[in-house]
Amino acid sequence: MLDARERGANYLVRRHYFCWPEALPWLIAIACFFVFPNRMTFGGQVLIMIMFALSLDLILGYAGIVTLGHAAFFGVGAYTVALASLRLGWSEPISGIVVGGIVAGLAGAVVGWFILRYRGLTLLMLTIAFAAMLQESGNLRSDITGGYDGLPGLVFDPLLGTFQYDLYGHTNYWYVLTVLAVIFYFVRRIVYSPFGQALTGIRENVRRMHAIGSPVHRRLVTVYAISAAIAGVAGALFTQTNAYVTLAVFDFDNSAKVMVMLILGGAGRLYGPFLGAAVYMILEDYFSKLSPTFWQLGIGLLLVLAVLFARRGLLGLAEDARSLLAGSERGSFASRRLVWKRDYWNALGSSAFDGAVIGFLAGFAVNLKEADLMTSYVTGMPGRAIIFTIGGAAIGAMINAVALLIASRTAVEEPPS
Amino acid sequence: MPHFAIVAVSILFDGLAYAMFLFITSVGLSVTMGLMGFVNLAHGAFAMAGGYVVVSLTRSYGVGFVPSLIFASVIIGLISVRLERRLYRRLYKSTDLEQVLLTIGLVFIAIATATYFYGPIPKSVPLPDWLEGDVNLGFRAFPSYRAFLIAIGVGLIAVLWYAFERTNIGAKIRAAVDNRRMAESVGINVDRLFTLTFAVGSGLAALGGGLAIQLFGLTPSFAVLYLVLFLIVVAVGGLGSLKGTLLAALVIGIIDTGGKYAFPVAGNLFIYAITAIVLLYKPTGFFGRE
Repeated sequence: MLDARERGANYLVRRHYFCWPEALPWLIAIACFFVFPNRMTFGGQVLIMIMFALSLDLILGYAGIVTLGHAAFFGVGAYTVALASLRLGWSEPISGIVVGGIVAGLAGAVVGWFILRYRGLTLLMLTIAFAAMLQESGNLRSDITGGYDGLPGLVFDPLLGTFQYDLYGHTNYWYVLTVLAVIFYFVRRIVYSPFGQALTGIRENVRRMHAIGSPVHRRLVTVYAISAAIAGVAGALFTQTNAYVTLAVFDFDNSAKVMVMLILGGAGRLYGPFLGAAVYMILEDYFSKLSPTFWQLGIGLLLVLAVLFARRGLLGLAEDARSLLAGSERGSFASRRLVWKRDYWNALGSSAFDGAVIGFLAGFAVNLKEADLMTSYVTGMPGRAIIFTIGGAAIGAMINAVALLIASRTAVEEPPS
Repeated sequence: MPHFAIVAVSILFDGLAYAMFLFITSVGLSVTMGLMGFVNLAHGAFAMAGGYVVVSLTRSYGVGFVPSLIFASVIIGLISVRLERRLYRRLYKSTDLEQVLLTIGLVFIAIATATYFYGPIPKSVPLPDWLEGDVNLGFRAFPSYRAFLIAIGVGLIAVLWYAFERTNIGAKIRAAVDNRRMAESVGINVDRLFTLTFAVGSGLAALGGGLAIQLFGLTPSFAVLYLVLFLIVVAVGGLGSLKGTLLAALVIGIIDTGGKYAFPVAGNLFIYAITAIVLLYKPTGFFGRE
């Protein structure tokens, strides 16, 4: 019988072993190059966002630091490379991303040292405030940064002195993929190291980590700096592949977007960022061409549904489905079943009510749209409001009926107590 | 009057009006966050929705500005109760992250819906005659709309202060913010209390949204643009503290107005700098509990 310490060590070592499914994302990335040779500019952007999401995964997924200002470090990396090239004439790409990463990492260490004493809302606000302060400072000195108009027409030396950048982004794709592989290897090592275990411990129970003498603040600052450096590298690559950068990289939207990607794929997993960023970018590319409004609605619904039904992301959902198929009731699907018939009717009634409210409001708001389709059918507010209200109630009840049908077949998440 | 004094008085006046807007909109967020610790990023969306209800009522149905404001806050308050029952209630025990994600999702949905119905162009409201033009306060004329805003703000502060400090419900809310489990164990129904404060807070946000149209114009992105400001007011003031929210709104409103006057290019830099300094020095805000 091994003692606990050895068992723990063995477990960590085993987890560290390479397993074959891990090659899949990389094979897909390589296959994409041959299947979609003329979409490689987009492919490069997806890889950059994967790297950005991976950096967030390290602090949010593993260390449990909730931040809405991670775009700050992406932006620092992006501007370091841009300014080095434009003002100092330092256009060598690989040393550029190294410098971008180092500068962003230093920024992360300094900011992190200040803000990582706090948790919850205070921390969230501080991360937002620092990103916004960087953006505003950049705008203040728009003579240097180019402001919101940005710095267009940046020129970088050929890669390794030989590979020219082509119009189709082929060179860039391989360049970004290689950097991503190097960084991924690094992140994987961190996550499975004792340091990574300490981070997970801080996420799960910070008091206990303090109690066993773990230097919590130092660990958090270290991982924050590492994550900032990776985000900086992603930002540097972003500037190099686009040959263009604006202050919009610091936007709140950018921070929120990368968080959505990570959550969608599954935070606290190494391959969550890959799936999340790829799915998000592809959906966005498709739907925002169709209609940006529609896309925004879709991403909102996706988030709400993810929080309610798939808290561990797509990868977590896949695991649940697998365990469901294997017959073991674990994960999201395992829990109490709906018991009372009355619950059904209550749920139906309350959905119908909500639908009616939404319908009424829609009918109310539609009046403002000129030349609306409905205007030709029903004129005047009362008629439209009634139709919308009844319609909304019917739709609400229908959605709930379907949900209940599914729920009564399988099992549902435990109702809140 | 010397030039400097005139400028100072205008800044104070505009800053005060701005602070009242911030206070009206943020106070509900502060109390609900203090009660449940729920990170509600959708608060700005309630304000935006209130603004659009006012726009619809005044523009399409010819209702007066003031009745529209009242109607908007009532209806948004009622809708927020449904949302609280349906969605928020499930996440009280969840992590900050999940609450942030759910409410950001709601914000996206709200922005998309508003864009669909009202378009991305800024909307304005027709004001009654007595709110147009200036009001003369003896030594100087001030825009009457801002004076109206300040008057509403002061009135609300009085009402809220009375409700908070002098009524039974106010005492229960303070008790629940102080120590939720203790309050529950002496028989206060904190859940119901929360639903009530949530409704009132969202209604006030809607009122703030309606009042803001004339100041900033109303676009669907209102829900995000000003959200960060509301959160800053709440965090700087201290969760669940009426005093703190008021003080934070005043500090941020006046310093930001002054800063924008003195250094227009700096934009919101002052607000963020104040936030960072206050929170680094006092992480729970002016009147927050440790």
